[in-house]
Amino acid sequence: MALPEILTGMKVVIRNVFRRKETRGYPEVRRQPFPRFRGRHVLDRHPDGLEKCIGCELCAGACPADAILVVGAENTPEARFSPGERYAQIYQINYLRCIFCGLCVEACPTEALLMTTEYEISGSSREDLIFSKDQLIIDTPIVRHWDTKKEYPPESSFDIKQLGTKR
Amino acid sequence: MTSAQAIDKLERDGHGAYVESYDPDAQRMTLNMGPVHPATHGVLRLLLELDGETVMKCEPIIGYLHTGMEKECEDQNWRQAVTIVTRMDYLAQFSNELVYSRAVDRLLDIDVPPRGRYIRVLMSELNRLSSHLVWYGTQGLDMGAMSALFYGFREREVIQDFNEMVTGLRMNNGYIIPGGVWEDLPDGWEPAVESILALMSRRIEEYEELLTFNPVFLERTRGVGVISKEVALALGASGPIARASGIDLDLRRDAPYEVYDKLTFDVPTLTEGDVYARYQVRMIEMRESLKILRQVVDGMPGGDYKNMDPKLTPPPRSELNRSMEAVIHHFKLMTQGYTVPEGEVYEAVESPRGELGCYTVSSGGTAPHRVHVRDPSFANLQLLPPAAIGGLVADLIAVIASLDPIMGGVDR
Ligand code: SF4
Ligand code: SF4
Repeated sequence: MALPEILTGMKVVIRNVFRRKETRGYPEVRRQPFPRFRGRHVLDRHPDGLEKCIGCELCAGACPADAILVVGAENTPEARFSPGERYAQIYQINYLRCIFCGLCVEACPTEALLMTTEYEISGSSREDLIFSKDQLIIDTPIVRHWDTKKEYPPESSFDIKQLGTKR
Repeated sequence: MTSAQAIDKLERDGHGAYVESYDPDAQRMTLNMGPVHPATHGVLRLLLELDGETVMKCEPIIGYLHTGMEKECEDQNWRQAVTIVTRMDYLAQFSNELVYSRAVDRLLDIDVPPRGRYIRVLMSELNRLSSHLVWYGTQGLDMGAMSALFYGFREREVIQDFNEMVTGLRMNNGYIIPGGVWEDLPDGWEPAVESILALMSRRIEEYEELLTFNPVFLERTRGVGVISKEVALALGASGPIARASGIDLDLRRDAPYEVYDKLTFDVPTLTEGDVYARYQVRMIEMRESLKILRQVVDGMPGGDYKNMDPKLTPPPRSELNRSMEAVIHHFKLMTQGYTVPEGEVYEAVESPRGELGCYTVSSGGTAPHRVHVRDPSFANLQLLPPAAIGGLVADLIAVIASLDPIMGGVDR
């Protein structure tokens, strides 16, 4: 019998029993995604409350999965939604189609469309997962610099040591 | 119905028929393994003819995961198609992106800045590591070593975290694009890679301790599923499978792309051609990947990470408020994309599974005319019948795991 070899293998197993546990008790313990994580979208506002989206449909054109529907309309002096001439009357993102590639965010010329790190997107029907404009638009404007995503936003709680070291 | 008739009928009917039969005279049993079977690593269906426990005939039937991705590329523009090719071989997403991007780079006749090249190599080598970790886990699992699965996937998770940190997604990243890479590496990438390297060099030792000399594992893998050099050559094997059968071929060394000509690494070649040799080759390859990564981290140059030609790359966001030209470029790129001169190229890279090729035809428009991917899993799967026939059913499982086919790549 080749007992020594089997024992060497068992040593590995026993050593691993005392290692840190790798599983998380979701949903009590949630994982903090990395700042670049491409999750659910939001539509941003200007600090004065006007919508940033100008209904240009560039995001819809850039989307490889045809997940976005934009129908633009003209702003009028009585009903002004965004600076400039046009705004998005209908804005939908279909999360059954979206592949979270982020091309729409790159395409948006006004930084209206952003991706958050929220990853819990589920629904009980198909209609639930077509997010409309009122679900996507946020009330408090986000300040974020998209020229380079090299730096993490200051509010990020990301810790580099999360990755690999102390295991 | 005898099993010979059953198989005849199956061949007549196409492969849609589901036939399981036993022929008492010849003592042969026809059996379907898969398409939903945990040991076939995806939706692979095997039509087996068994004499007791011995495999007399083995026919892989594929197509259950066919999603028409090659065709789908033709509907997208050149930039969007990256998000499609990355989904083919989903465990080697960066290799897929790399080979497609290289093909488009060549059609466009553009240069990728050195930093872009290094980042491409960094990501695809890490990808090789994570792909081999999945193989290690499943190979172990199929041999009954369940802990191997846990350990392999645990370490893969660290690499997936790094992918998320750099690209924003864990799989199907769409990060390597024609002209370079999408975004620069984030701050703190270096300590992250260092920690992966330190961790992995220790963990590979552990994997070896667990399996390499384990008598049960040796018994199940040595001399099992032997593929001779001639068969491997005749059926177009590549990657670790070819190298385990004595074919000394590695595109990273033999047809260096990106920056591989500046890196030193060994290409392990064994001659046994059995499951154990393939195991050893992949184990050595993981170590060589660590060596390559070490050199990539040390040699990472500064500068641009993608080709900054305004006809190809959208202008920086801040430019949009200042320059009309930038706005025009931005709108043009985002609505129709860039055009690629007419032509056709074949590019190949060494993916974790072998020669991954991309044959791309442009008709001068903004969308590919044809993207054909030569996926190594597809070619390597042909080696299954010669390796499995004559062996036991249990050995067949070991052989499938050692061929490491990814059905997403096989069917595309
Ligand atoms: S992330 Fe990609 S798939 Fe999703 S909406 Fe944006 S462009 Fe479309
Ligand atoms: S989100 Fe951006 S790209 Fe989409 S319609 Fe609005 S402004 Fe245009």
